[in-house]
Amino acid sequence: MTSPFTFWDARTAEEAAALLSKKGAMALGGGVDLLGEMKEGIRAPEHIVNLRSIPGLDKIQKTDRGWRVGATALLTDIADHADLRKDLPGFAESAEAVATPQIRNQGTIGGNLAQRPRCWYYRAAEFACVKKGGKGCPAEKGENRYLAIFGDGPCHIVHPSDCAPMLVALDARLFLRGPDGARDLPIADFYELPSKNALCEFTLKPGEFIEAVEIPTALPRSTYVKIREKDSFDFAIAACAIAGKIDGDHFTDARVVLGGVAPVPWRSVTAEANLRKNTIADAVEPASNSATDGARPMSQNAWKIPMTKAAVARAIRSFLPR
Amino acid sequence: MKNGEQRIEFTLNGDKTSVTFPTFKTLLEVLREELNLTGTKHGCELGECGACAVLVDGKPVLSCLMLAVEADGTKVTTVEGLADDARLHPLQEAFADCGAAQCGYCTPGFLCTAKALLDKKPDANRREISEALAGNICRCTGYIQIFEAVEQAAAKMAVKK
Ligand SMILES: Cc1cc2nc3c(=O)[nH]c(=O)nc-3n(C[C@@H](O)[C@@H](O)[C@H](O)COP(=O)(O)OP(=O)(O)OC[C@H]3O[C@@H](n4cnc5c(N)ncnc54)[C@H](O)[C@@H]3O)c2cc1C
Ligand code: FES
Ligand code: FES
Repeated sequence: MTSPFTFWDARTAEEAAALLSKKGAMALGGGVDLLGEMKEGIRAPEHIVNLRSIPGLDKIQKTDRGWRVGATALLTDIADHADLRKDLPGFAESAEAVATPQIRNQGTIGGNLAQRPRCWYYRAAEFACVKKGGKGCPAEKGENRYLAIFGDGPCHIVHPSDCAPMLVALDARLFLRGPDGARDLPIADFYELPSKNALCEFTLKPGEFIEAVEIPTALPRSTYVKIREKDSFDFAIAACAIAGKIDGDHFTDARVVLGGVAPVPWRSVTAEANLRKNTIADAVEPASNSATDGARPMSQNAWKIPMTKAAVARAIRSFLPR
Repeated sequence: MKNGEQRIEFTLNGDKTSVTFPTFKTLLEVLREELNLTGTKHGCELGECGACAVLVDGKPVLSCLMLAVEADGTKVTTVEGLADDARLHPLQEAFADCGAAQCGYCTPGFLCTAKALLDKKPDANRREISEALAGNICRCTGYIQIFEAVEQAAAKMAVKK
């Protein structure tokens, strides 16, 4: 049971933007994250605007720019799309790495990218932390073993999405729709560090929502490696998304993005440089070791540094000929 | 219908059904509290356990994280819809035979999720079974009997065909 709200089935993107402009309105994809937040008592929308009722917003299609995936496409449909997997293997793997089969049957890509963090202080109504408009981060002196090793606060969440780091690595663009029209931006620019905006991991203007994500096929080799504590399903302890181009035994282009270790998908430019200047086999050590350069672990989470290196090493090794 | 209420029409276990309920209710709450189908269980309420899994248009979903209003126009199958009158579904028989249910609290969610798997992949292997059931938690059996039961049911269903 949650707090009461008014429910709206949006029929068009324009109507959704108008409905979302109402005070206290929130978008609904699959509801997997939103209903959890409402049940935890940390979110009480006055209006819920269903996006899944918009015909065609769940389309997955190839265009002349690459793949366009509508915001309400289900994670299952992304993971199971054979043609998309051929072009963008890492994206399909990242969707498949999310949660459980049931949740992937409900969860949408838009909701996955706009989902809120899992830090237990944030999720518990009794802590008025900086992410909820209060003061300070109770994890700094409290339980922080799963939290960020990058990002420097004032809030130390790790971004929970598996798809986000992969889409940053693939250099995807997000298409947003609002009451004043549409705009698009590189997905990397969508996410913001807590030092810029402690209240939310991204900024949407009033009434704005994600309409689609477009992924170029210019980086044909990609993978997503996720390390989790519990094998059946779990959020990432550390994850590594790599997208690039391979010529013979080396990467000619490579983007390395870490998941589960920072408040936003965390690009490692030093790991990328090490990956480009060596053969794949010789890059494993320097690239994985340099991926955690600049990490500043908290009191309980230095163990995530070797985990992160392992995720990077596994991701790079997956490109070696077998 | 009062303010703050919704009415939906859907096919529930093969029967056309309409129901009116407060808008904020989840499908789990409407099944149990408005339709008296208490086979589907309340577990964690947060997506962590799978006790509330039902089939919507043949696919397993978590009814605790789905607003009931979204079930309008769909086909919903709960554990009550698995048996054919007095004849148990092969999965239900196999769960009983193999000791795949002890306290039984997780069983409805496992049965519905396993049914969706076998409907799609009648010859699912052990790895596919464990992957399909990864979102269902059982605190009693240790899972092995559950995997065996799904395999036994699959074998029986293959012979029948
Ligand atoms: C037990 C459990 C395990 C999980 N494990 C993982 C995991 O391993 N990896 C992972 O990545 N995630 C995980 N999740 C998070 C899971 O909720 C998301 O992966 C899922 O994709 C959310 O999608 P949704 O459509 O249900 O989102 P919703 O709950 O509908 O929406 C989430 C948020 O985004 C907003 N929103 C929805 N759609 C849009 C849009 N188009 N534009 C703008 N805002 C929007 C909503 O208002 C809400 O605030 C897990 C969740 C649970 C409960
Ligand atoms: S009650 Fe729905 S997943 Fe636990
Ligand atoms: S039989 Fe008791 S939880 Fe599974």
